[in-house]
Amino acid sequence: MTNSVDPAILTADAVTVERLDGAPIIADVSLTLRQGEVMGIVGESGSGKSTLALALMGHARRGVRIGGGAVNIDGTEMLSLTPKQLRSARRNLVAYVAQDPGAALNPTLRLDTLLTEGLEGSSAEKTARAKRILKKVGLPDDDAFLRRRPRQLSGGQQQRIAIAMAVIAEPKVIILDEPTTGLDVSTRAKVLDLIKQLCIADNLTAIYVSHDLAVIASVADHVTVMYGGQVVEQGEMQEVLATPRHPYTRALLDAVPSVNDRQALLPIRGRVPNVGEWPEGCIFSDRCDYAIAACSVRPPLRQAGTALVRCVRPELAHTLGAVSRHIDHRRAAEAVEPALTATHINAAYGDKQVLFDVNLTVEPGRCLAVVGESGSGKSTLSRCLIGLHENLTGELTLAGSPLPLSVAGRDQIARERLQYIFQNPNASLNPRRTIGQSLIAALDGSAAKREGRAIDVINEALDRVSIPADLTDRYPAELSGGQRQRVAIARALVSNPAVLLCDEVTSSLDVSVQASVIELLRSLLEDGLGMMFVTHDLAVVRNIADTVIVLNEGRIVEQGEMQAVLNAPQHPYTQSLLANTLQLPTGDDETETAALAVH
Amino acid sequence: MAVGDVTEDRGYPLMSRLMPVLSKVLQGLLTLLAVSLLIFLAARSLRGDVANMILGPHALPDQVEQLRVQLGLNQPLWTQYINWLGGILHGDWGTSLASGRPVSESLVIGLRNSATLSAVALAVMLPTALVVGVVAAQYRDGLVDRIFLITSMIFNAVPEFVTGTILVAIFATTVVHWLPAVSFIPPGDSPISYPSALILPATTIIIPGVMYLSRLVRVAVIDVMTTEYIQTAVLKGLSPARILFLHALPNAIAPIIPAASLVAAFTIGGVVVVEYLFAYPGVGSALVDAVTNRDLPAIQAYVLVIASAYFFFNLIADALARK
Repeated sequence: MTNSVDPAILTADAVTVERLDGAPIIADVSLTLRQGEVMGIVGESGSGKSTLALALMGHARRGVRIGGGAVNIDGTEMLSLTPKQLRSARRNLVAYVAQDPGAALNPTLRLDTLLTEGLEGSSAEKTARAKRILKKVGLPDDDAFLRRRPRQLSGGQQQRIAIAMAVIAEPKVIILDEPTTGLDVSTRAKVLDLIKQLCIADNLTAIYVSHDLAVIASVADHVTVMYGGQVVEQGEMQEVLATPRHPYTRALLDAVPSVNDRQALLPIRGRVPNVGEWPEGCIFSDRCDYAIAACSVRPPLRQAGTALVRCVRPELAHTLGAVSRHIDHRRAAEAVEPALTATHINAAYGDKQVLFDVNLTVEPGRCLAVVGESGSGKSTLSRCLIGLHENLTGELTLAGSPLPLSVAGRDQIARERLQYIFQNPNASLNPRRTIGQSLIAALDGSAAKREGRAIDVINEALDRVSIPADLTDRYPAELSGGQRQRVAIARALVSNPAVLLCDEVTSSLDVSVQASVIELLRSLLEDGLGMMFVTHDLAVVRNIADTVIVLNEGRIVEQGEMQAVLNAPQHPYTQSLLANTLQLPTGDDETETAALAVH
Repeated sequence: MAVGDVTEDRGYPLMSRLMPVLSKVLQGLLTLLAVSLLIFLAARSLRGDVANMILGPHALPDQVEQLRVQLGLNQPLWTQYINWLGGILHGDWGTSLASGRPVSESLVIGLRNSATLSAVALAVMLPTALVVGVVAAQYRDGLVDRIFLITSMIFNAVPEFVTGTILVAIFATTVVHWLPAVSFIPPGDSPISYPSALILPATTIIIPGVMYLSRLVRVAVIDVMTTEYIQTAVLKGLSPARILFLHALPNAIAPIIPAASLVAAFTIGGVVVVEYLFAYPGVGSALVDAVTNRDLPAIQAYVLVIASAYFFFNLIADALARK
């Protein structure tokens, strides 16, 4: 749009992907990219962003087909090729990088095979090319490394290999589907750097799919916001960030927590419509606070400023108020008895020690955040506290009295007072039990059940997490992701706990859902619950924690009040974590934009 | 949040790999010892006195008593057991009561014939199962696949002697007379010299084996074909043949190998029925004969050999599964 002389290198026109029964998964998606541009495609789960990414490669998953539209990459019509031509296009024209390199790299093949298969030329030429590309993506380029298999690499190295695999044939376009999502912050920052370098140095045209607006903002110059399989807003990155015109884009931005400021987060009510259950009119109308009668007819994408918006009244943009408000930090309570303490915790797996002399205190009504990357021992620590890890020494107290290290040695009261919430509610709720049955099971052996108050207690807990009581007959699969995590929290609440141990409870959730769960946890803190919140996300820490401990390789490297730690981190590890945390530039905050420019 | 990263099992590679295998071997030997005791006791509990049986109903009590002493049957059970076991360790499997010749003579012939039959059956079964399974997976949910699934279910449900009888009816007696219904192989000759005598017994073993294993292959291939690394290979524009043979099969075969070793173990044990059906001169038919004749030393020897074959293939299956 700034440079209209350049011809488009990738155009997608009215692409539709549908289930075999004809229900659309993505509908009428169009986009245009010129040489060297990076288009971010952002959306929450169920938005169809990955389906779109695959459709651009001319691929549809099993049970799904590309129903219509056209994709043109550098003059080649991707959707009307013979299978043989399509294979050739995928070798030379367009390449794909998948989300999880651990799953996307064949474990039985060596790196040299993975990198060079599909290339033409002699094996010496291929090896030389593989070495050049390894150097380019910042990996060792010796023969021994080329003989390794994917399992022998770290997650970050694997993703570099996946990227090298994609760019080795020098394609015109590269499509990256959440390439940094499973990585630690510092690894993510490095991989993002690599992608940016490649885009600049090789003038590569890229599609970058992500659920994370901050990541998109840091790599892309154009953005397509998808919701329920449709494009709701499309335009230049800065423009869309500064003036989001679609209510969904606005809501998405408001749900993202900031690492610099504790804010009231605004969840989006309702849930993403399922495939085949789209509302008649505007796809977002049933969750939109601004819906009017005209929204019952599906609006076309229309020009608004420099962006395209699928909304009947894009002029609302300037009145979509609700910019996140700052909220205050809870003060330290004076001299209360700690709800939970752990002293001199040492834990090991076999001969390998993973926690070294960890001490912590959880106070009632306050949240202790345990921050660290994969392998820092933070999950082991929470397992130690709940009594599921066996190989440990140290001392625990709960409300002043000693707590046995193993859950088997704890009495009913201790078990009830200390509750655990898992990362993934899909896995922690029994799929064959209704919500009500899962909650009743949590009350087994409790006084409440003996006294016949079980139903009251359950209804109270559900009410506390804003789940309507009539959902007790439903199965977890019938609930949205956010509702499931709320139910998991309700299950912890039924036994009237003093301390909640939350293990990455928001990291498998979409941002809009994460916002609602954070708000819920905040309100539980107001009620006086003590909480330990394990996370790798500093923005979440800013928004929920009162005190922080930073774990690195099993040792506490920094601890203190949250504001002190995040505003002026002392330890280099904490500093690097903070520096590598990506921020959404809001446009009204100079420091945040500057923080972005560092990368 | 896995703590053990890439270098997890690098600690003591040789010992940590060898220890489980060694302990399996030890467990297996103990099991065989227990099996030998069971065999011994079971054989002793067969109805009828051996000496009586040998000498027939008109023998004088003196003669019977004399034979009992000669056979060592008057000694306590445990002494008899120790003597028997000690003999085996020295290569002496006892003397057949029926033929009066060392059991080891007929054992060697029977073993060679049975091993040949099993080897031929496995050599055809394993590759066939692989091909059938891969083809069914390629046409997943299509007509070919459904026909395969129904057929394999039927053959898995039908016992071997029924399959064998039907084969005999079709190829040897009622329909055509292409193959012999009975596998006559002279004691001194190798079965390889009589291929026509091998075909029907081998086929009877192969059919259920293929039907069972190819289902496993089918599921394994389907599982692998839905992984992300296969999607990546597809999106790299590789040819379907390369994807199947280089990317999918090596990963699909790994989970099948232990099952294949177990099938091999079953084949060794399962030849009893098939050999009897075709009067094939192997360990199996020899065992049936020995039971009919109350030939205790022979029964003990044959059962112990079959149990050892089971143990051996199970050990291989375990070792492969561990890898």
